[in-house]
Amino acid sequence: MKPLPISAYTVSSALGAGHAAHARALQAGTSGLRKLTFDTNTLDCWLGEVRDFDVALTGSLAHWDCRNHRLAEFALNQDGFLDAVAACVRRHGAARIGVFIGTSTSGVHHTELAYRARDPQSNALPDWFVHRPTQNIFSVADFVAQRLGLGGPSFAISTACSSSAKVFAAARRAIAAGACDAAVVGGVDSLCLTTLYGFNSLQLVSPDICRPADSARNGISIGEAGGFALLDPHADGGLRLLGYGETSDAYHMSSPDPEGSGAAASMRAALASANLEPAQIDYINLHGTGTVANDQAESRAVCSVFGTATPCSSTKGWTGHTLGAAGIVESVISLLTIENDLLPRSLNTRSKDPAIEANILLANRSTPVLRVLSNSFGFGGSNCSLLFGKAA
Amino acid sequence: MKPATKPIFIEAVGLAAPGLPSWQQARAALRGEQPCENTPLPPHTPALLPANERRRATPAIRLAFQAAEDAMQGTSIPAANLATVFASSDADLGIIHRISLALTASPRFISPTDFHNSVHNAAAGYWSIAVGSRAASTTISAYDGSFAAGLLEASLLVEVDACDVLLVAFDLPAPEPLHAKRPIAHPVAVALVLTQQATAKTLAALSCATTMEPETLLPDAALESLRSGNPAARALPLLQRLAARDFGRVILPNANSRNLAVDLHAP
Repeated sequence: MKPLPISAYTVSSALGAGHAAHARALQAGTSGLRKLTFDTNTLDCWLGEVRDFDVALTGSLAHWDCRNHRLAEFALNQDGFLDAVAACVRRHGAARIGVFIGTSTSGVHHTELAYRARDPQSNALPDWFVHRPTQNIFSVADFVAQRLGLGGPSFAISTACSSSAKVFAAARRAIAAGACDAAVVGGVDSLCLTTLYGFNSLQLVSPDICRPADSARNGISIGEAGGFALLDPHADGGLRLLGYGETSDAYHMSSPDPEGSGAAASMRAALASANLEPAQIDYINLHGTGTVANDQAESRAVCSVFGTATPCSSTKGWTGHTLGAAGIVESVISLLTIENDLLPRSLNTRSKDPAIEANILLANRSTPVLRVLSNSFGFGGSNCSLLFGKAA
Repeated sequence: MKPATKPIFIEAVGLAAPGLPSWQQARAALRGEQPCENTPLPPHTPALLPANERRRATPAIRLAFQAAEDAMQGTSIPAANLATVFASSDADLGIIHRISLALTASPRFISPTDFHNSVHNAAAGYWSIAVGSRAASTTISAYDGSFAAGLLEASLLVEVDACDVLLVAFDLPAPEPLHAKRPIAHPVAVALVLTQQATAKTLAALSCATTMEPETLLPDAALESLRSGNPAARALPLLQRLAARDFGRVILPNANSRNLAVDLHAP
C-alpha cells in the first residue's frame, strides 16, 4: 500500500492526558496502574484508571452522558486534536471525512447502573437509561462523528481487543477506494464491571500488577483509555501508516493458538502490504497481555517471522489492558517511539520467562526508530498487526 | 463517493427470517408470487460447528450461522477462502441482560461461557473455527444502518484488499426489560457472498455510492413490517431485486443522514 500520512494523534490512559504525558511516563518508567476502588468492584486487582475525566456531559452533549463518552470527550480535547480535525474539514469538507472507532463494551457500564435501578414492581429499566446513545456499540462512533461534525462513512468496529487497531485498516480501505478523503480513527473503552468480573470468571485477572513475559506472570490488569488519529493522504508531517495485516486464529474463542499461526500470518500480511522485510523493523509493540498462554503464543509467532533479535516489549505494565482501546493506545505508543527514538522496556518484568525466546526489552533503549510493528489480538481469534514509520 | 474502480459481484445470498427461512424458500414471497407468512423461524443447529462450540453457541450465533450456511449453498468458493464481515447493531442482548443481572446479585458470578460469547465478534469467531478460516474478519455496528455499513466494508475488502467476502448481518430480539429499550421485533439474518470475479453463479454486479435520497420502502405490508423491525432486514429491498433479477437501484439506510445507494447491474 501507499504510505498513509497520520496528521494528528492523541491518547489518554492511566499514564495521563495526551501524548506528552505518555512520552514522559515511558521515559521515566512509571506505571499508571494502581490498586484502587472502581464502582462497587470487590476483586483484588490493579486497575489502569484514567484520572480527572469523569464529569457529566451537559448541554448539547447531555444525552450522550455515560462513562465511555465522558472518556471520549476528554480524549478528543487533548493534543490539539479538535483543531487538527477542523483544519481537515476546511480542506476536504465534513461530508468527506470518515469516522471509524473501535470499542469492546461501549457504554455497557451505563446498562449495569440501569439494571441496579430497575423498578421493583414492574422490573422496568429507569427512564434515564436510553440505549442508543450509550450502550449500543455504534454509539461511540456516532458520538465522535457528531461531536466533530463529520458526515462521511461511519461505523464502530468491535472485535474485542483488536477493535481499535482494525480501524486503521478500515479507514485506509475507505480512503483508497474514494469512499472518503480522510478519516478519524480511534478507540474508547472504559472500566465496567462486565469486563472485570468477566475476565475474573476466566481466571485471567491477576491480583498482582501485570507483568508481561515474566516467569511469574499470572494475568492481566484491566485499564481504560481513549485515543484518536487523523489519517489524511494530503497532509504533511512525518508519520505514516505503512501497512496492516488482519487474520483469524480459527482455534478457540478465548484462548490463543499455542503455535501462534494466525498471529504470525497477521504480522507477515502487514509486512507484505508495506513491502518490507522483517529486518527493516526496529521494534515490535507486543499485544503482551501478561497471561501465561498469550505471551508464550505471541513470542512463538514473533520468532517465527522475525527470529529472536528484533527488540520488543508489551506496554501493558504501564497502561493495563485497555481492551477495545488497546489498538489505539499501542498505535500511539508506537508513534511516540518513532518521534522520540526511544524503545520502552517491558515494565514490571523482573525475570524473563525462559520459554519466551523473543528479545524482550528489560531496559529502555535510546536508538533511532524508523519502523515499528504493533500487534493487537482479541477473543474470537481476531488478529491485527499495524506497521508505522517515518515518511521516506 | 466515487464509483468503485473494480466491479464487485454478488455470488450468493443467505436468509433467515420469520416466513423466509432460506433464500430458496424466500424468493417467491420476495417476488410477490406468494404471501410472506409470519411463521416463527425454527431453531437452527449449525451443521458446520464442532460439538464443543455447537453446545456453547448462543441464539445470536445460531441465527448468524443459519444465513451464512444458507449463502454457502449458492457458491462454489470454499468457506475457508472467504474473508468475513459480520454486521450487527447489538449482537447478543440476551447475554448483556444475563451479565447485567448477575452483576446486581451477591455474590457476583458471570458464566465464563457467557463472557467469551459476549464479545460483539463472537459469531465471527465461531465461524472462523467452524470453517477453519484464517482469513481477515471484521465485526461492525452502525445501529439501524448496520447492513449498509457492513455492505460498504465488505465492498471495500473486495475492491481494495482483493478478497472474496462473506457478509453476514444479524440481529434478534432482546429479553425484557432490555427489549423495551431496544425493541427489535423479530430475528433476522442476511448473508451475501461478494466476489472479485464473475462466475456462472453470479447473480448481479454491484456498485455503492453515498446519497441523500430516502431509503427504499417495501410496498407489501408484511415485508415492510419485517424490514423496519430489524436492522439486518434493512437488506430486504436489495434481496427483492435479486430475487426478481430486476436490476436497478435501492437506497439502504445508514445511521447518519446520508444513505447508501446500491446499484445492481447485469453481471
